[in-house]
Amino acid sequence: MQLTLWTYEGPPHVGAMRIAASMTGVHYVLHAPQGDTYADLLFTMIERRDSRPPVTYSTFQARDLGGDTAELFKTAARQAYERFRPDVMLVGASCTAELIQDDPGGLARALALPIPVVPLELPAYQKKENWGAAETFLQLVRALAAPGARAERSASVSSRPPSCNILGATALGFRNRDDVPEVRRILERLGIEVRVVAPLGATAADIARLGEADFNVVLYPEIAQRTADWLKRTFGQPMTTVVPIGVGATRDFIAEVKTLAGIDKSFGREQTRLPWYARSVDSTYLTGKRVFVFGDATHAIAAARVASRELGFEVVGLGTYSREFAREVRAAAAGYGIEALITDDYLDVEAHVASLQPELVLGSQMERHIAKRLGIPAAVISAPVHVQDFPARTSPQMGFEGANVLFDTWVHPLMMGLEEHLVTMFRDDFEFGEGRAPSHLGHAPAPAAPAEVQATESPAAAAPAAGSPVPWTLDAEKELRKVPFFVRGKARRNTEAYAGTRGIALITVETLYDAKAHFGR
Amino acid sequence: MSDAAFLDHGTGPGCRDVRQERGQREVFCGLTSIVWMHRKIQDAFFLVVGSRTCAHLVQSAAGVMIFAEPRFATAIIDERDLAGLADLDDELDRVVGRLVERRPDIRLLFLVGSCPSEVIKLDLSRAAARLSTRFMPECRVLSYSGSGIETTFTQGEDNCLAGLVHEMPREAAGAAPSLLVVGALADVVEDQFRTLFAGLGIADVRFLPPRQGRSLPAVGAGTRMLLAQPYLAETARLLEGRGARLLPAPFPFGAEGTTAWLRAAAQAFGVDRGRFDAVTGPGRARAQAAVARRGADLAGKRVFFFPDSQLEVPLARFLARECGMEPVEVGTPYLHRQHLAAELDMLPAAARIVEGQDVDLQLDRCRAARPDLTVCGLGLANPLEAEGFATKWSIELLFSPTQGYEQAGDLADLFARPLRRRALLEV
Ligand code: SF4
Ligand code: SF4
Repeated sequence: MQLTLWTYEGPPHVGAMRIAASMTGVHYVLHAPQGDTYADLLFTMIERRDSRPPVTYSTFQARDLGGDTAELFKTAARQAYERFRPDVMLVGASCTAELIQDDPGGLARALALPIPVVPLELPAYQKKENWGAAETFLQLVRALAAPGARAERSASVSSRPPSCNILGATALGFRNRDDVPEVRRILERLGIEVRVVAPLGATAADIARLGEADFNVVLYPEIAQRTADWLKRTFGQPMTTVVPIGVGATRDFIAEVKTLAGIDKSFGREQTRLPWYARSVDSTYLTGKRVFVFGDATHAIAAARVASRELGFEVVGLGTYSREFAREVRAAAAGYGIEALITDDYLDVEAHVASLQPELVLGSQMERHIAKRLGIPAAVISAPVHVQDFPARTSPQMGFEGANVLFDTWVHPLMMGLEEHLVTMFRDDFEFGEGRAPSHLGHAPAPAAPAEVQATESPAAAAPAAGSPVPWTLDAEKELRKVPFFVRGKARRNTEAYAGTRGIALITVETLYDAKAHFGR
Repeated sequence: MSDAAFLDHGTGPGCRDVRQERGQREVFCGLTSIVWMHRKIQDAFFLVVGSRTCAHLVQSAAGVMIFAEPRFATAIIDERDLAGLADLDDELDRVVGRLVERRPDIRLLFLVGSCPSEVIKLDLSRAAARLSTRFMPECRVLSYSGSGIETTFTQGEDNCLAGLVHEMPREAAGAAPSLLVVGALADVVEDQFRTLFAGLGIADVRFLPPRQGRSLPAVGAGTRMLLAQPYLAETARLLEGRGARLLPAPFPFGAEGTTAWLRAAAQAFGVDRGRFDAVTGPGRARAQAAVARRGADLAGKRVFFFPDSQLEVPLARFLARECGMEPVEVGTPYLHRQHLAAELDMLPAAARIVEGQDVDLQLDRCRAARPDLTVCGLGLANPLEAEGFATKWSIELLFSPTQGYEQAGDLADLFARPLRRRALLEV
């Protein structure tokens, strides 16, 4: 039993819904009680989808238990077939139906529908949303990918341009909607034909053709890795390993697909502003900004690379809620000399951010929330998604335009260079008072610790100084308050660390400035 | 699934044809009530004992951006619990222990049952009793069910309040009659009603739920209860069991509903007619004027309700009688014929009442009826808009202050806004 205030991922059947809702001609019949229909609003409200997700729920009630819940499921499946006439049907159980063990797969088979029916086994008490999406995609591909497709590929190998599929984009995926066209443009510019994009926008017939392409682009490993592995085993299709987020990764991605496609065509001019923007003098103030990164594995690993190598930040924390990809994230963190935070416990993440006192948080909406409470600037880089993550404008994360978007999105919450200096010099100006937001942002961030927050945080979170309980003199505390609020957390932390390593028992004004000189940059 | 039938419930008051549907429902489960209940009772915490789905539901319904730390959480049952590797009671004790340590300000903790906890027959009332002994007097632990196999949306509040009824102190024998207003109301609405009752000379007015869970009102033979919400079947039944007497009334929506609701109390407390008119007159006039201002947008328009909160019948009555709308279909998850008797009598006979749901059939009927305004849940609203239907998302009707005179105009406006907006947009 796990105490959960907020969850990063929904249950695995929501992952299955995301696959069904990504495609056309797929219908999901879910054995579930009425309340589980809430999941529809994720699509219709968060993503502003203009149609209901293709899901029929059996909505059994207590009075049906021990009676005819199985019959209810069969009726739901039959009626869903008659009404929606899908090309393929997914059937499965939600957490409650799993407990009553009605076997939706067997029940659906007994209906002998004239379409493929794919039974899903998604252990709801063990797995989560992304795993459910990955498993659903894999089962769908296994059921539909035509074995003959590979033969067709070999037959026409020399007469055709190199080709690939793009795998992993889904409904409710973080910026997947805009990433696909961006990546497609890169591939087409290299003369590589994109045959199938799946699951987003695919039909059952598209899935049948997957084996025809020369290789697979794994856009989002959380969803597509297992399917790409299976396609490699079954059709001998190689796959990409680089996710093109950031300028460097996009260049690596281009090199990788050129090798996979066996071509040596130059990509030509890169439509990218990030390298110049990062070098322009006004960006010097970004140097060494301490950043905390948390999200799904793909976006977190990529964000850390961009933050450190392309913007010159210092990555002080890196973590993920994607336990399936813990190994990759640990390896990436080791590269920054830090230990990865692998957890799906929101409280752990909160405590971690509070103790690190970073200057910028790159995370999901949850970390944005944590950062807001702690008064730290933040930008969103990963699911779980919010209505704001589906902007009206095109806003990719991948490719060169994606890198431009990253520059804007991450730098925007920060104080601008000269402004930061002015605030430091004239901190007594009344308009530079506590909690002032950067001037180009209309709203002030929440003061660092409102009373309610203090009262409710875990002990570790309430005391950023945990682990270094060196007391401060009143004067030192006063002096600390003269440090601009957006670097005050760092100053406190540095001073305490300094005092800790020197065995100083009481922090004075003197200690504060000694530490400043020690850490000064 | 779609065995619909027209049932004739005789010809007495509140009796009319009701279409029954038992198909796919597209309604929240009772856990969703936590979204407003945790704000209403300020020293209470709601711990759902359920699955990741339950946690995700409450979180999705509440929205990720909550301004303060929410006073709800989920104890997620996992595989070890189900396989018997972990003792469920021990696990629950551990989780509650951690929670109480983190939130020492909590005075009332609800263990909220879910479909999974009910299917595995986890006895939360026993657990609550055990934990109460451990944490009393600082924190009392109660339990109720918000599961989707037992409850629909607002029935979660009903079960929660029903759980409180057992805890209410007994009124001293021979105490003077008091008025108990039952059902969560916005604080501002509660204050307005308090003022009105005071004006009528009804001094002893109590509210359930109270803003502080530790100060529950007393109940006894002198208690006269007025339901502020139509979905409180179980709570009302238990209160009657404790001696309270129900004052039958329409619900306080609009000038008419609010007046009739107040009048039920006034009559029970022997307030004379002149005083009643003097006290309610100004509010009533304000409400009528405010509704009239929005009436132009609504008059003559046809409205279709999908089932959601059980507020549908009173709202349809308000729209029909005060805003001049024509209710085509009034879907409701459950119809409490006795509590809604006065409402049903006022609802135009042409309005089709449907209890239960078969969402696909209902969508067919909605498309065929082509209403001017469709009231529905969050899963259906945007898809219907995209099909060209003006919609009002019903959840807002629960999350906004809508009862009473001063909110009557706002209530009409909630329905008028989608129509006004459509007229406004030129894209
Ligand atoms: S319907 Fe049941 S399983 Fe689903 S969220 Fe509600 S209580 Fe949980
Ligand atoms: S309604 Fe607005 S403020 Fe509330 S969660 Fe959604 S976007 Fe955020």
